[in-house]
Amino acid sequence: MRILPCGDRAVLIDCASLDEAQGWFAALENRAEVVLGARTVLVRGEPAEARALIGGTRPGPSAADSGATVEIPVTYDGDDLADVASLTGLTPDEVVAAHTGTPWTVAFTGFAPGFSYLVGGDPRLNVPRRSSPRSSVPPGAVGLAGEFSGVYPRRSPGGWQLIGRTSLAMWDSARDRPALLVAGCTVRFVVA
Amino acid sequence: MTFVVEHSGHGSLLQDLGRPGMGHLGVGASGAFDRGALRQVNALLGNDVGAAAVETYGGLVLRAQEPHVIAVAGAAGPVLIDGRPVTSGRATPVRAGQRLVIEPPTIGLRTYLGAAGGIAAPPELGSASSDTLSGLGPPLLAAGQILATAPSGPMPWLDDVPALGRSGDIVLDVVLGPRDDWFTPASVRRLLQDAWQVSPTSDRVGVRLEGTALERVVHHELPSEPVVRGSIQVSAAGQPMIFGPDHPVTGGYPVIAVVTDPHTDRLAQARPGQVVRFSRVG
Repeated sequence: MRILPCGDRAVLIDCASLDEAQGWFAALENRAEVVLGARTVLVRGEPAEARALIGGTRPGPSAADSGATVEIPVTYDGDDLADVASLTGLTPDEVVAAHTGTPWTVAFTGFAPGFSYLVGGDPRLNVPRRSSPRSSVPPGAVGLAGEFSGVYPRRSPGGWQLIGRTSLAMWDSARDRPALLVAGCTVRFVVA
Repeated sequence: MTFVVEHSGHGSLLQDLGRPGMGHLGVGASGAFDRGALRQVNALLGNDVGAAAVETYGGLVLRAQEPHVIAVAGAAGPVLIDGRPVTSGRATPVRAGQRLVIEPPTIGLRTYLGAAGGIAAPPELGSASSDTLSGLGPPLLAAGQILATAPSGPMPWLDDVPALGRSGDIVLDVVLGPRDDWFTPASVRRLLQDAWQVSPTSDRVGVRLEGTALERVVHHELPSEPVVRGSIQVSAAGQPMIFGPDHPVTGGYPVIAVVTDPHTDRLAQARPGQVVRFSRVG
């Protein structure tokens, strides 16, 4: 682990793995304003104070162990389902079985409010992004890119391979907790 | 206490001090690009420091339906009430029926219009800021829209304050890192020595700069990592972009240096073609 400078109001903890970053995030999230990345944790605060806080902290167990479980019903009729099947060498039904067969974990959020990067799924589903992104992806679209799966909270551009859709709202500003998924949650996709 | 928007102008939207502290939900802070100018209009009007105001590139025309007291700050350019110029950085009364025109500025880029009492807007996650990336907050102003203000208290006694708009090169303090070691030492030197030109494609998400491409020594992809306002992200093509208030919570390109937080306000007034230079601190 290294602490990297990040301007005059934050530092960045650079970790060897997502698991290590999640451990730091879990240990610091109630003591500072922190944001989790794929291998990094941003800690906001005056840099010397943030470094002192980090120096006096032991990374906890991965946040992946501590979150709630959320079930997401999916209709698997995405425009890229056939492409994902040919990229992975699976049949479309086997893609669905792989996507629903393994629990996923919310690694970190970003891109848009309520957009969560899910990891820990079936490794056979590791597919590249589309060669050209769509200018408009509908809300609720379920996609794959690299080691990640995710659900688009709102209409936006997007380059992920779309395999299905859910009617569950990923984001609702009127809810007490606007984001359905936060770092550490376990996610199970089920056939709607 | 209301205004009618007769012409919405360019990029006119409502901003307050944003919604900090929600990065873990994927929500950026957003808020006024030039926070100093927002605080200035609110101070002149006796408002809460973070009361909502209009941020605009100009071309905005409002008609007062009732008497108001307004103030403008930020960029420097013609602001007229029924054709008479308004002094920037001073609280000014507007009578019912009068037309307020904010023309595109001649120095700087973004003008802030505040009204005594603050401009009312339904808050989303505690803020009336329009986040142009995430879509949170009120939409762009539109012709025919009514802008309401809350009743205001007594006006403060304040000396006039100077307009913030300035011409010439914009010099920004930067702290190197977190990923300066992904670039050649020569490129890091050039970042600090070159004159970088502001691209016309700049917006509230980021101010794009043009110059000789910066070269990397690390060529693999960067796993997405959190970024802050002021982060200088370098695209695969080697051109830097400085993240503004509506930046994404995480980015996928290495950040070579970060502009100090107070200096990120200066970028609000960076006009296309203007020169930005960086000065290393820390």
